[in-house]
Amino acid sequence: MMKIDFSGLESAVLRSCPNSELFDGISTTPSFQIPSTTDFDGFQKEAIQMVKPAKGTTTLAFIFKEGVMVAADSRASMGGYISSQSVKKIIEINPYMLGTMAGGAADCQFWHRNLGIKCRLHELANKRRISVTGASKLLANILYSYRGMGLSVGTMIAGWDEKGPGLYYVDSEGGRLKGTRFSVGSGSPYAYGVLDNGYRYDMSVEEAAELARRAIYHATFRDGASGGVASVYYVGPEGWKKLSGDDVGELHYMYYPVEPTAVEQEMTEVSVA
Amino acid sequence: MESVFGLVGKGFALVVADSSAVHSILVHKSNEDKIMILDSHKLMGASGEAGDRAQFTEYIQKNVALYQFRNGIPLTTPAAANFTRGELATALRKNPYMVNIILAGYDKETGPSLYFIDYIATLHKVDKAAFGYGSYFSLAMMDRHYRNDMSVEEAIDLIDKCIMEIRSRLVVAPPNFVIKIVDKDGAREYAWRESIKDASIPAA
Repeated sequence: MMKIDFSGLESAVLRSCPNSELFDGISTTPSFQIPSTTDFDGFQKEAIQMVKPAKGTTTLAFIFKEGVMVAADSRASMGGYISSQSVKKIIEINPYMLGTMAGGAADCQFWHRNLGIKCRLHELANKRRISVTGASKLLANILYSYRGMGLSVGTMIAGWDEKGPGLYYVDSEGGRLKGTRFSVGSGSPYAYGVLDNGYRYDMSVEEAAELARRAIYHATFRDGASGGVASVYYVGPEGWKKLSGDDVGELHYMYYPVEPTAVEQEMTEVSVA
Repeated sequence: MESVFGLVGKGFALVVADSSAVHSILVHKSNEDKIMILDSHKLMGASGEAGDRAQFTEYIQKNVALYQFRNGIPLTTPAAANFTRGELATALRKNPYMVNIILAGYDKETGPSLYFIDYIATLHKVDKAAFGYGSYFSLAMMDRHYRNDMSVEEAIDLIDKCIMEIRSRLVVAPPNFVIKIVDKDGAREYAWRESIKDASIPAA
């Protein structure tokens, strides 16, 4: 007589087990692993924050006579820890469109790549490049459909299309704003301060690049969560071009040259004597 | 903070909204148009969460247009108001839209009308309505000075009074407002009241 194998019907969940050691850690039965914590929701929240760097950021973009100027810092932080000083926060969607990254790095990278795919498909289907308006709306609609599910994205879509320069602000709360001047991230209030003050519509590319770089520099100076290098991109009728990428430490010495002060001089004299 | 209000006058209705797009302490934009022109004779002023506001008003606009395409006649203002309310009510127990709406319209038979619809799908036909922090000031102002036979000039005067009161008494007062009108000639922008002008631009 054959014996029927019932093992497949057995529950994979941890059953009452005489060995109490199994309860402190993770059970050895073939169930999925559970973190050893009492506050499960709190653990999940913390875990999500762990994989969300680039919280502190400064990014900006503005439209001017010649096109759109886009700039960002390059620091990624996880709480108080600076996890990277060389993050590409300006994402190249296609040769005519850029996206900026603030909020969750993974969310931004993934959805911008996803947007790039959708824009290319639009191009193949319609034999013309997608407008900035259209692209930003694609992204906004995706983000809106995931609203309240924990996505963290604050981005600007900047580009050049048939109507000329375009700039939109899109976030994971579903907001989408058309505008001429935006700054996103923890350093944005500082960046706005410099930007609003120095902005003119009829700037040259050089002036605009300098303004963008200075705005990022001043934001990194005051905002501890922003730093690294200030990269500046320009989008014109021929597509985007990277103009500069300067270590903000170097920029500091350029904008504020160190000059020996009277006090320092006196002190050296005293120590010699 | 957000202020949307409106009133009915003699042969017209007005809707006013602030034009600030705010995120925590930052004003990202001060010329954001929060009054959608639903169809040729309807205005929809909306306040609430930015994403919901844009998505919901556009959804209503497209559906009102779809109705017109299918049936060859436009929805009346009360019909559009009831439709909007219905959509908010069905969404309310699933994934609510956080939007408050002031719907103004002009119908040939019944003349101008104004509807108050809030995010929990309350619908009221009123002759003056307001939402947001500005409502405390504008409601009182309208209660005091409103008459139902106001001319456009008188109504605009009242609206300017409301805007001035909001600007002078509300801590988080928005700088700019847009005023739209609907009457027998259709729905259109009437004026802007701007105390901060963006430095730019010849529109790109």
